[in-house]
Amino acid sequence: MELFFQQVINGLSLGAIYALIALGYTMVYGVLRLINFAHGDVYMLGAFAGYFIANAMNLDANPSILGAIVVTMGSMAICAAIGVIIERLAYRPVRQHSRLTSLITAIGVSLLLEYGGQVVFTANPRFFPQMIRSETYAIGKVQITNQSLLIIVVSIILMFGLEFIVHRTKIGKAMRATSHNLSVAKLMGINTNFVIAFTFALGSALAAAAGVMVALAIPKIDPLMGLMTGLKAFVAAVLGGIGSIPGAMLGGMIIGLMETWIGATSYSTYRDAVAFGVLILVLLIRPSGIMGSTAAEKV
Amino acid sequence: MLTLENIDVYYGAIHALRGVSLTVNQGEVVTLIGANGAGKSTTLRAVTGLLTPRKGRVLFEGDDITGIAAHKLVARGISMSPEGRGVFANLTVLENLEMGAYLRKNKADIASDMERGLTLFPRLKERIKQKAGTLSGGEQQMLAMARALMSRPKLLLLDEPSLGLAPLVCQTIFATIDDIKATGTTVLLVEQNANAALKHSDRGYVLETGAVILEGAAADVAADPRVREAYLGE
Repeated sequence: MELFFQQVINGLSLGAIYALIALGYTMVYGVLRLINFAHGDVYMLGAFAGYFIANAMNLDANPSILGAIVVTMGSMAICAAIGVIIERLAYRPVRQHSRLTSLITAIGVSLLLEYGGQVVFTANPRFFPQMIRSETYAIGKVQITNQSLLIIVVSIILMFGLEFIVHRTKIGKAMRATSHNLSVAKLMGINTNFVIAFTFALGSALAAAAGVMVALAIPKIDPLMGLMTGLKAFVAAVLGGIGSIPGAMLGGMIIGLMETWIGATSYSTYRDAVAFGVLILVLLIRPSGIMGSTAAEKV
Repeated sequence: MLTLENIDVYYGAIHALRGVSLTVNQGEVVTLIGANGAGKSTTLRAVTGLLTPRKGRVLFEGDDITGIAAHKLVARGISMSPEGRGVFANLTVLENLEMGAYLRKNKADIASDMERGLTLFPRLKERIKQKAGTLSGGEQQMLAMARALMSRPKLLLLDEPSLGLAPLVCQTIFATIDDIKATGTTVLLVEQNANAALKHSDRGYVLETGAVILEGAAADVAADPRVREAYLGE
C-alpha cells in the first residue's frame, strides 16, 4: 500500500510536468491545427534559460525560494518571447500553405533547436544549480521530496491560472473563439495574429516552468532533453484529446502515473514504451482522445 | 456608402468574381441573389476583407478599403453574419455576444446594445448561459445576427440568414431585417430565398457565374422574367 501511494506521489509529479508541456501542444493545435513539434525543445530552452539566470544570480552558493521564483519567472518570460519568435519566423510565413508544410516546418524547427542547442550549449550535460536545498518529508512510510511537492503545487497553480485566463479574460475568450473558427473570429474584430502569438507565448511559458522544475528535481540538463519528454507530452495531449485543455491536464497525469507504475515493476525497462503503446491504442480505439470532440469542428 | 468597382476575385486558379460592381447607399437594404456558386458569398467576403480582390477597388464611406485586414474593418463599421452562421459553438450565448463587441470599450453601451439584441431575439435571453452549439439552427441564426449587431455596424452583411430554417423562423428573420433597417443600419443581404428577400429590400442585384447580370429596384428585379424563371420557380 505504501508502495502504491509512493508511486502515486511520484507519478503525479512526473504527470504534472507532462501536463504543463501537453498544454502547449494542445493550445497551439487548438488555434492553428498544427502539431508544434518544436514545443519539447522550448521546454529544453526553459531549463537552459533557468540555468543561466540561476548562475548569474549565484544561486548555487546561496539557495533561496525567492531566487527560484525569479529564475522560473525569468525563464518563462524568455521562452514566451522565443515561442512568439518561432511562430513569427517559422510558422506564420507558411500558414496559408497546406498543413503538411507547417508540420514539416515544425520538425525542422525542432531539429534546429536540438542541434543548434548542441552547438551553442555543447552536447555535454550541465549540472543545474540547486536553487532550493533538497529535503524529504515523510507521511507515514510515504516519502515526498520538497521538489516533487513543489512541482505538483506550482503546476496546479499554473493550471488554475491558465483556466482563469482562458475562461475569464477577454484574450482567453478570443483564444477560444479563434480556435473554433479563425475567420469568423476576424469578423469580430479580433486580431487573430495577436491571439496566435499570445497562444504560443502562453504555451512556451508553461513549458519553461516545466523545464526549470524538472531541472530542480533531476539537475542534469542537455540540449536533447526535450526530445523524449516532448514526445511523451504530445502523447499525453493526444490521449486527453488534442485541442482540449482539461484533456491535456488529464492526459499528462495519466501518462505520468502509468510510467511511474511501470517503472516500479520488473518491467521497468519498458517505461518509455508505455507512452507510445498508449498512443497506438488511442489512435486505434478513440482517435479523438478522452475529452476531444468526436466530430471535426471545421468543415 | 459601399461601392465595389470592377472587382476580380480568385480562389487559387478559379476566377470567382469577374468585374463585379455594385453600390449600397446609406440606409438601404440591398439583396444579392444568384444560384449556388454564382459568387454571392465571395462578394461579401471581399467586402469584409476575408478575401482580397486581385483587381478593382472596394470603397467604404469614400475610403479605399481594398486589402485592409478583416479585423480592422470591424472598427470602421462593417460587420457580417457569415454563411453557415459561424457561432462559436464552444462559447456561451453571452460570450458570443461579448465577442461581437470585442473592439468596444464602453461597458454601459455594450450592456445596452446587448439588451437591445436580446429584445430583438427574446429566445436568446432564455438561453444566455447555454453553449451556442446546443442551440437550434434558427436560434444560431438569431445569435449570429445579434452578435453582428454588437459592434454597432454602419453596414451589416448577412450571408444566407434564412438557409435551412423553418418558414416561421424565416419570417422572424426577415421581420428583424426590417427592424434593423428602421434603426438606420444599412444592410447587404445574400439570399437563396429570392422572393422573400426582394420583398424586404430596396434594390437587388443578380449574380451569375461571377458577374452581375441584372440590377435595379427590388420590385423590378423580382418582376424580371429571367429572375422569375430561374429563381422564383415560374
